[in-house]
Amino acid sequence: MLDSVILSGIVTILIGVGGMFAYFWASNWVLDNVLYPPKGENIGRNINRANAIRPWLFLFPAMFALGLYLVVPVFYSAWLSVTSGVAEDGGWYRNYTLIFANETFRISLLNNMLWVLVVPAASTAFGLLAAQLTDRLSWGNVAKSLVFMPMAISFVGASLIWSFVYHPDIEIGVINAIRGLFGAERGVTLIDGQIIDSFLLMVVLIWIQTGFAMVILSAALRGVPEETIEAAILDGANPFQIFFRIKVPQIMGTIVVVWTTITILVLKVYDIVAAMGNQYRNLEILPTQMMRYFDSGNYGFATAISIMIMVLVLPVMVWNIRQARAEMR
Amino acid sequence: MDNIAGQKSGLGIATHLATLLLVIVWIVPTVGLLVTSLRDQDAISQTGWWMALQGAPLTFVVEVPVDDQREAEGGGWRLDANVFEGASGAALPDDVVGRATVDAFGVSRLRGANLAPGETAETRDGVAVTVERDGTLIARSPEQMEDSLSLPMALIAPPQITLENYAEVLTDMDADDRVEAREQGQSLDDLLFSDEALFGPFVNTLTVSIPATVIPIVIAAFAAYALAWMDFPGRGLLIAIVVGLLVVPLQLAFVPLTIIHEWFGIGKSFLGIWLAHTGFGLPLAVYLLRNYMVGLPRDIIENARVDGATDFEIFWKIVLPLSFPALASFAIFQFLWTWNDLLVASVFLPSDTESTVMTRFVVTNLLGSRGGEWHILAAAAFVMIAVPLVVFFSMQRFLVRGLLAGSVK
Repeated sequence: MLDSVILSGIVTILIGVGGMFAYFWASNWVLDNVLYPPKGENIGRNINRANAIRPWLFLFPAMFALGLYLVVPVFYSAWLSVTSGVAEDGGWYRNYTLIFANETFRISLLNNMLWVLVVPAASTAFGLLAAQLTDRLSWGNVAKSLVFMPMAISFVGASLIWSFVYHPDIEIGVINAIRGLFGAERGVTLIDGQIIDSFLLMVVLIWIQTGFAMVILSAALRGVPEETIEAAILDGANPFQIFFRIKVPQIMGTIVVVWTTITILVLKVYDIVAAMGNQYRNLEILPTQMMRYFDSGNYGFATAISIMIMVLVLPVMVWNIRQARAEMR
Repeated sequence: MDNIAGQKSGLGIATHLATLLLVIVWIVPTVGLLVTSLRDQDAISQTGWWMALQGAPLTFVVEVPVDDQREAEGGGWRLDANVFEGASGAALPDDVVGRATVDAFGVSRLRGANLAPGETAETRDGVAVTVERDGTLIARSPEQMEDSLSLPMALIAPPQITLENYAEVLTDMDADDRVEAREQGQSLDDLLFSDEALFGPFVNTLTVSIPATVIPIVIAAFAAYALAWMDFPGRGLLIAIVVGLLVVPLQLAFVPLTIIHEWFGIGKSFLGIWLAHTGFGLPLAVYLLRNYMVGLPRDIIENARVDGATDFEIFWKIVLPLSFPALASFAIFQFLWTWNDLLVASVFLPSDTESTVMTRFVVTNLLGSRGGEWHILAAAAFVMIAVPLVVFFSMQRFLVRGLLAGSVK
């Protein structure tokens, strides 16, 4: 049984990768030898035509996959959200008005706002702190590596790790054990469905994302010109002034990039709430709501929520594209 | 810098301490679960994992029979015994005998184990008892002893590292059940692929993530080359689209792709999830690889063109080998992402046990039915995160480089 599973995986890789190479090689060969061979009386015209077509041979598989798996779904989802489910026999807006009328949905929207406000801010702040602390430390790279490590851990794995930290038993959970040091005699259940418990779930994502922020901000800090710092020292600035008045303003652009990147991630995160707060209505966020409707086959509501997540992401998308275009010029 | 400014070393120490504190806070949660996954099931519920090195304290009342007593040389009676041997076996669990040491003992049930090893005290019947740390017992009595001695003991069992939790979660059977199953003629394959075992999902996760990592790399590399080094109308627009697609929420694709896959006859299957991961991973792959390729020295590529190399040859023989660091960065990202993914797997894979991946298995099977059994959950967590951690620590260099290429501009 194990053999057959592994075999099918290997065969797929060979077919997938081999097929791709075969496509690229064969399509180029056809172009150069059959359609427009660079010889004969039309050699100049043939070469030009072949060179005009070739980029599209290189691009076609990627464009096809991107189109089918990302571009088409955006429009298809938008279409479904105004035509399927309750929108079939009512106004096109009915999916949207009905989910807004749902209290759980409003809670999840509120929670999503909280996540978006807290997690990127906290991760960036901790990341900046870690980057600055480890900057000139002899064991800085080891420290960075350890803070960065949670990046490799799945959200589900991280949720297990933190559920154990939050364990209600005073003999088992670290948080309750610490309360014990301060005189508590019995453990308390930390996650029991209060709105405020969302913050305990956010800690998990902050724990994961701080490493990301640290790595990027650390590189940015290294890029701050030495002269500006030396000048500040000569002017008698203390370390805190150097950090907040000299370094931070110079890496502001990178801080914004880190902040927005984490914001995008936060809007999509699903696993942590699914693993740690699945049974509590007060902890719901938009992606968990969306998956509930998706699993129950209510495609109208599911697509309406996904479109709303998209709308929240849209400003960042526009900003990213503008940045990229400015860079290319 | 610190020296230049002539600052006090106080700030330096504070930096060390603050960093240390940060690192401790960051790794303690993981270490806690790792330690727990290696502890005995009973020990987990008795003491916190931070006590694991101290060993678990156990208290027992040991009954020592007096059948072997003999007359002592200076008069009276004497018994030489060992509390861990035959004499007292009934009250002590098997796995404690041979490992534990005596931390304290007593001679009266009422007062409990209040004496240090090596001390001597008299029982109610006037028997003087000494117990050493290794369990050696000497009892002296002026008269022949009639009743067996019942002695309260506080024992310390040294910490024991066990892989039993891992074996249990991978096969869904505890040690006894495994022995029984083997006696009934089941092979290792049968054990590992039983319905509720984690090993099957482990293999499924591999099956999902490796093709889902390799396929997009090939597709993206060709596209990235075209976007970096070929001139054609609409190139800028395509790059902008790729940048835009980087942030499209995956959720948007779930309903449409479920319908499209159904329509193509792919349905929910490994093929479906490979294709989905390929599509979702492409924007980052194209973006990272293009950014890297565009930075390659123009001379090399121009020279090759002048020498008559075709684009296919330039790509295959020059650009692809030179782009290895970027390829490695993306491969690591995509592998970590597909290995760790729960969301895409719950949409594109069927929910039967033959095709469940680990993340989903943990959330639906383990957290639901065995939510309180931390020896199972801890071991499952580490089976799940072991491979990404190895990849992370061995290839951190490429990961960092990829992050920087993608974000700092």
